Amino acid sequence: MRTSASFEIKYLQYLDEKAKPANDLPDFAKDPKILIQLYKDMQFVRILDKRTVALQRIGKMHTYPASLGQEAVGVGSGSSLQEGDVLIPYYRGTATMIAKGIKPHEILQYWGGDERGSDYKDKNCKEDFPIAVPIATQMLHAAGVATAIKLRKQKGRAVLTEIGEGGTSEGEFYEALNVAGVWDLPLVFIINNNQWAISVPTELQTRAETFAQKGIAAGIECLQVDGNDVIAVKDATTRALDKARTGGGPTVIEAICYRLSDHTTADDASRYNDPKVHEDAWKKEPIKRLQDYLLASGGALAEELESAEEECKALVEKEIQIYLKFMEEDHQPPEAMFDYLFAELPERTRVQRDEAIRRGSK
Amino acid sequence: MATLTLIEAVTLAMEHELARDKDVVLLGEDVGLNGGVFRATDGLQEKFGVDRVIDTPLAEAMIAGLSVGMAGQGMKPVAEMQFMGFVFPAFNQIATAAARMRNRTRGRLSMPLVFRMPYGGGIHAPEHHSESTEALFAHLPGLRVVIPSNPSRAYGLLLAAIRDPDPVIFLEPKRIYRIEKHEIEDDGEAYPLDTCFIDREGDDITLVSWGAMMHETLKAADKLSEDGISAEVIDVATISPLDSATILDSVEKTGRCVVIQEAPRAGGIASEIAAEIAEKGLLSLLAPVCRVAGYDTIMPYARMEGQYMPSVERITDEVQKVMQFK
Repeated sequence: MRTSASFEIKYLQYLDEKAKPANDLPDFAKDPKILIQLYKDMQFVRILDKRTVALQRIGKMHTYPASLGQEAVGVGSGSSLQEGDVLIPYYRGTATMIAKGIKPHEILQYWGGDERGSDYKDKNCKEDFPIAVPIATQMLHAAGVATAIKLRKQKGRAVLTEIGEGGTSEGEFYEALNVAGVWDLPLVFIINNNQWAISVPTELQTRAETFAQKGIAAGIECLQVDGNDVIAVKDATTRALDKARTGGGPTVIEAICYRLSDHTTADDASRYNDPKVHEDAWKKEPIKRLQDYLLASGGALAEELESAEEECKALVEKEIQIYLKFMEEDHQPPEAMFDYLFAELPERTRVQRDEAIRRGSK
Repeated sequence: MATLTLIEAVTLAMEHELARDKDVVLLGEDVGLNGGVFRATDGLQEKFGVDRVIDTPLAEAMIAGLSVGMAGQGMKPVAEMQFMGFVFPAFNQIATAAARMRNRTRGRLSMPLVFRMPYGGGIHAPEHHSESTEALFAHLPGLRVVIPSNPSRAYGLLLAAIRDPDPVIFLEPKRIYRIEKHEIEDDGEAYPLDTCFIDREGDDITLVSWGAMMHETLKAADKLSEDGISAEVIDVATISPLDSATILDSVEKTGRCVVIQEAPRAGGIASEIAAEIAEKGLLSLLAPVCRVAGYDTIMPYARMEGQYMPSVERITDEVQKVMQFK
């Protein structure tokens, strides 16, 4: 017998678990200003998450999925996007969405139960898809957007989409990889491997050694990155997006991290996780890692990082206040249920709309 | 002016829109060189190229999800599901994305796409090739479900479906793909959606149907006229959202109504029409609204499908019963 195919999956890491450079850093990471910005972006998401979960506990937010421990995956990938790129997010995409330019208060409005949260106002986010809740459906939307870009021969545009490692068990994930491979689409798939699909661990999800290699069968370049190392995530995503924008086709990036929060505010992870593993995971978390590196390398002083954190707190508070004021004062009228069903409302539904208006907003 | 079958009219409508609007693309399994298994896209790839008439990998959810993504970029995909029996992997995409994207983005992203698919029984096809599951789609807010019953209507309604800025499920009754021909001028004149068509005027009873069953219904109306019963015949055409007004106006005139559908009886569109009449037209009724429908069974295989399909005789029997009601 001869070997018809073989493969290997590379693993990229710049800062090891002790925040020591494991590799020559990419150029962008030699600029402390860029690293401090990444630090701030991650801090912002962590503080925002904490505040949002607290809002849920006092009844001012509905079910919310935090990104705790996964900030580097979102910030590293989202900050690699450029004007003209399209983001197709999933429900744990808060960090990526904010990095793309979607307003934090819009994301809060969505989880707070208001459809208007997906009507993104930023001019660079007009083509971005709303958060996908049904698992893996977004993979195909991303393939469709990338198909449109390719068919129209639009240069310099790429699409980024994300999925959890559990979502890679869905058929639609494989269908998206397959078509992206066949048509060489300008598309980057990020697999956020946070070790948990609600309560189901990775070993019950797949027998494959890596989630990245799921793209191999589709003929797509695949790699793993340390998802707690924002430099590695950003470097891999930047290169994959550049490749996509210049006709080089799709890439699958598995970012390995750990979900330090519950799945959502409706979940209790203590029912299934091992406290020891959880505790160990805290030692690898992404914000501390970048902080340690910045301090050790002289890229930033402790005071600078502290004031950066304070700055983030103030920015988060501003967004929270916009959200709370919106929830307090700005209600959709009952007819809003009907007004976006179709471009033109059919007669049958118009009658129901009239009834909803008559009954008012009780 | 050409003399065309229903399927040729479908092809003509797509050809017209491909030529008129550069954002229109066709995609699906075997739609390219092969021209589709029923030849709906025959010759179109040759004429418009592989970037406009696209052979996809074999995956229905992918065809639907891809269409959603393309529509998000302002393209107008007309996707073919090879048979309605195979649409279910795509149902997730249709229900969770296509039908609700405009609503969930408050109008920021719309879905100007069409999912075409052959449906219904009567051609002795293998298992899963003969069902009529239109009610599953009609139950989803945000979707239009359109069914032509003859070649002219296939041309005019498909033009309208492709031009509509919202998602349309376009169901093609394959039993009547080649049963008759109409003179059709390729003038690009679309027919209105959300509107019933009155195909025959009458005074004694209203017969309501759509798709292939319109043929049995019209034949039944002929037979009934021999017995001195004057039937008004309505083709619903857009089964969702339903144009109840046209049906109610007719029932107000005739006082009697029978609804005919090929699909199973329970939970179908006929039930919705009967309920509308019961709610809004009760006082004009001289008899109960009755349904002639497929049985609530699994669609039988080819050898027995004739016993399943509502026949002209079942329709005339039901009408006689309604006419004699006291």
